[in-house]
Amino acid sequence: MSAPTTTVGISDEVRELADQEYQYGFSTDLETEVAPKGLSEDIIRLISAKKNEPEWLLDWRLKAYRHWITLTPPTWQHVSYGPVDYQDIIYYADPRPKKQVTSMDEVDPELRAMFDKLGISLGEQERLSGVAVDAIVDSVSVATTFKDKLAEVGVIFCSFSEAVQEHPDLVRKYLGSVVPYNDNFFACLNSAVFTDGSFCYIPKGVHCPMELSTYFRINAADTGQFERTLIIAEEGAYVSYLEGCTAPVRDKNQLHAAVVELVALEDAQIKYSTVQNWYPGDADGNGGVYNFVTKRGMASGKNAKISWTQVETGSAITWKYPGVILKGDNSVGEFYSVALTARRQQADTGSKMVHIGKNTKSTIISKAISAGHGQNTYRGLVDIRHSAVGARNFTQCDSLLIGKDSGAHTLPYIDVKNQTGQVEHEASTSKIGEEQLLYCRQRGIPEEEAVSMIVNGFCREVFKMLPMEFAVEAQKLLTVSLEGSVG
Amino acid sequence: MLKIKELHASIENKEILRGVNLDLKAGEVHAIMGPNGSGKSTLASVLIGRDGYDVSGSVTYEGQDLLALSPEERAAAGVFLAFQHPVEIPGVGNMYFMRTALNSLRRQRGQEELDAVDFLALAQERMKLVEMDQTFMSRSVNEGFSGGEKKRNEILQMAILEPKLAILDETDSGLDIDALRVVASGVNALRSEGRTMLVITHHQRLLDYIVPDFVHVMAAGQIVHSGDKDLALELEANGYAGLTPRSARVGASV
Repeated sequence: MSAPTTTVGISDEVRELADQEYQYGFSTDLETEVAPKGLSEDIIRLISAKKNEPEWLLDWRLKAYRHWITLTPPTWQHVSYGPVDYQDIIYYADPRPKKQVTSMDEVDPELRAMFDKLGISLGEQERLSGVAVDAIVDSVSVATTFKDKLAEVGVIFCSFSEAVQEHPDLVRKYLGSVVPYNDNFFACLNSAVFTDGSFCYIPKGVHCPMELSTYFRINAADTGQFERTLIIAEEGAYVSYLEGCTAPVRDKNQLHAAVVELVALEDAQIKYSTVQNWYPGDADGNGGVYNFVTKRGMASGKNAKISWTQVETGSAITWKYPGVILKGDNSVGEFYSVALTARRQQADTGSKMVHIGKNTKSTIISKAISAGHGQNTYRGLVDIRHSAVGARNFTQCDSLLIGKDSGAHTLPYIDVKNQTGQVEHEASTSKIGEEQLLYCRQRGIPEEEAVSMIVNGFCREVFKMLPMEFAVEAQKLLTVSLEGSVG
Repeated sequence: MLKIKELHASIENKEILRGVNLDLKAGEVHAIMGPNGSGKSTLASVLIGRDGYDVSGSVTYEGQDLLALSPEERAAAGVFLAFQHPVEIPGVGNMYFMRTALNSLRRQRGQEELDAVDFLALAQERMKLVEMDQTFMSRSVNEGFSGGEKKRNEILQMAILEPKLAILDETDSGLDIDALRVVASGVNALRSEGRTMLVITHHQRLLDYIVPDFVHVMAAGQIVHSGDKDLALELEANGYAGLTPRSARVGASV
């Protein structure tokens, strides 16, 4: 596969903006109940007890933990970072006010102020956009909206902890069914210590009446975040799920190891969109979030469809490969990604498409932008198994380099075991960026605006896959990220 | 309006322009002809401020030092280049691009920006000049355009941005005779008292359609002959090698 590489020259003026402070850098002092640092069976028992979990779930966590201690962190990814001290992490922090929240009025005013700073006032969102927000601060859900409206059509959208209490059979049936507890080092760690996340269930034939949205946020110092998300779309169901996040400035690296599992049964469709803006670290690369995430969907039924769309602009290190297991005949998997690395950010990201069913189809569109000292690696796997008669994949990955010190790498893996399989790769043939930049400037468009225009054009194929409001937000985020960190 | 004096330019220690002198008055159309490698396109590049050249000498544009300005400032001052090879900008709509460009110019000139509706009306009117239809505007800038479409798109931008100094770099290259007619009639429609044009070409053919006031011949980085439109015909008949001393007016004091 060829990966065209484009270069955009940057002036000193643009470079000067490089040291701008992270826009969402602040932290809020909430009454936090924290567990002691470190990881052991006792800590896991504490988490499980705090959350009043059934025996089977504690057993599952312990099984994961006992496996995890036999593993070593992976080293194959194209990123470099110092060793993580897993005994120096707090695995449980509860920001919940003492009494239970039943309406927005009862939400901690300080917490609401924090949402305001993030521009995601829940009340506003409730009224204006018709988006249900399950806001997560640290590890426990504190506010869930639109529940009643969703309940009318039988959609369950709640925190993971709540799902464990209210819908244990569903959780037990699907937890670990797509990403097993022993899948990889970070997924295994997550399985042992996850504290909360989102749960979503769309019953048979239901078209979810609104976009479901979750804002994730890291808050308490030294708190590793181990979210667990599980989305199940029954036969013929449809859901569009939005995930977006920001994180406060910290001077110490923060580990984020989430697991997302999607299950789409026959004729079901899940559209999962992410705008990721974790704190990327300062100009020297200190303090950013480590984002080591396992995201996978199982298109288990005939004609099932799962789409991942991601815009990744944050994190010091991103390590994720949202994928789809195409088990059902005629099932479809899609991956659309924009990954921006600036300053000292590193990203090793791509997609895994595993074709098992007949006539399964997958599409991978990856756009990587590297600025400053950013390093961006596309790593993708297209795996066409013996059984996958007539399977098809289309992959396109393009890189855009801004400045002289950034890097882009492409590492595609292709494994075709069925000769009827059809694997296609395409690359755009954009000319070098300096010519584009000069063209824009000759027409009177100032350099910084021209860079933003070229980059947004480069990403358009992905942006158009995002829901409207999210696309606008993503475009803004990309422009802001570039303004603040090109250099 | 444009005075070029002893202009030298080199790239990677190779001298391309070796003392160019030219004087263009408002409303005049000057053609620069010359064989490949004579420095014609480099002259255009230096005038618009392309990076990478070591430049000496002076270029005075409407009384100001053109060489001291950034490319976007030159554009705002009214300098326009119809590129020889217009670049593709994937994902950026042609209409959006042109509106952004016009509004950037207007902003830099302290004029009010045009909204989408007013811009559309302007664009539709100017598109007639180069026989372009609406579908061009919804495509990405130059992406998948044929050679002729790219050149027409350049002239359309010229018509919309209304420069005071328009430099046309090999605008005829790669055009068949029909496309050439369309492009040339677009350019002719834009000739006016307040607009100076510098037409770079190595074919006399273009000058049958865009008839210049003056013709200059460039060779080895210098203007070696200057004359009126008949010079182009003479070149066509005898080639660059066959120039007679009679027509030579070295120094270009036209």
